[in-house]
Amino acid sequence: MDQALKELAEHLRDQLGDKLLADEVRLGELMITVKRDAIVAVLKSLRDDSNCRFHQLMDICGVDYADESPRFEIVYNLLSMTHNTRIRVKLRTDEDDPVPSVAGVFSTANWFEREIWDMYGVFFSDHPDLRRLLTDYGFEGHPLRKDFPLTGYVEVRYDDEQKRVVYEPVKLTQEFRNFDFESPWEGMERVVLPGDEKAEAEPETEAS
Amino acid sequence: MSVVTQPGTAPDLGQPLGPGAEQDEILARVTQELQDKGFVLANVDKLVNWARTGSLWPMTFGLACCAVEMIHAYMSRYDLDRFGVVPRPSPRQSDVMIVAGTLTNKMAPAFRKVYDQMAEPRYVISMGSCANGGGYYHYSYAIVRGCDRVVPVDVYVPGCPPTAEALVYGILQLQKKIRRTGALWR
Repeated sequence: MDQALKELAEHLRDQLGDKLLADEVRLGELMITVKRDAIVAVLKSLRDDSNCRFHQLMDICGVDYADESPRFEIVYNLLSMTHNTRIRVKLRTDEDDPVPSVAGVFSTANWFEREIWDMYGVFFSDHPDLRRLLTDYGFEGHPLRKDFPLTGYVEVRYDDEQKRVVYEPVKLTQEFRNFDFESPWEGMERVVLPGDEKAEAEPETEAS
Repeated sequence: MSVVTQPGTAPDLGQPLGPGAEQDEILARVTQELQDKGFVLANVDKLVNWARTGSLWPMTFGLACCAVEMIHAYMSRYDLDRFGVVPRPSPRQSDVMIVAGTLTNKMAPAFRKVYDQMAEPRYVISMGSCANGGGYYHYSYAIVRGCDRVVPVDVYVPGCPPTAEALVYGILQLQKKIRRTGALWR
């Protein structure tokens, strides 16, 4: 299996030339990194080349590496039914640089790219209909970005006077708590139990 | 509802009566009364409540996995049909809305619109943690933290998801509530 993938990688290296930035076979999977502007040509040749025949675009995903630059990674997963092979194509981009849309190559990419635009705010150029896909009408922000707060900015309720559902800033009665379920103690580090207020603060020791 | 209303003649009919000599006697008496006079007397509000509890048509409002449990409750094992609970595809025909699942912000206006289209008297059963108070998604940016923020709720059914049995129990509780509080005019 690995051998076939390595041969395919070799073939792609020859064929794609400088469009291909890196290729790697790991855990029995082939992964290539390509230049952002070349993605349409790369996917087209992966689809049409007789050694590839990646006729199905299974999914397009986004990844937000908040500390890196360029920040986002777009991942295309393809399947070749002819050769029983899968390939993963990756590219990097950030908020400002548009990625060429591959909706012309794979029509399924239309909604995948809309979803990524919705969730990450990555812009796709030449997309036929780049609207939000999943979030609320008039939603602001891109929820899967690392800097988007978990609870968002607005919440809804029905207003009896206006007779409609209104949007208001989020007001939580209890903050979100992140529990460490691995340890029975760590989640309780800074909690003062009732009656313990007067007890002297003991130096914290590692739970063995 | 008590069918026999002549004071002093009937045993306490607030309790269900199992099959047996006692039941036979009451049925015989009812039959005789009907044949004798051709009519029965009852309190109008009790009659109305009996009609309401006996045909609670729920609005089909499955939003997530709870809907599957709701479907189980409709199917042959629990068979809500025998309580006169028949799912309706239109809010105009329904009396109760079973909110089965996660209510998202995007769904909230549509949800309220469906509720507003229902005719009075209308009831709401909130089914499952998500509909009760956001549940697992309480801190999500896209979720209404409890469907009682959008519509008034009569019965909360806890669980994630509640079993079909729990939903049936919730419906029985709603029937009880209607019997207790129901009136001709709300």
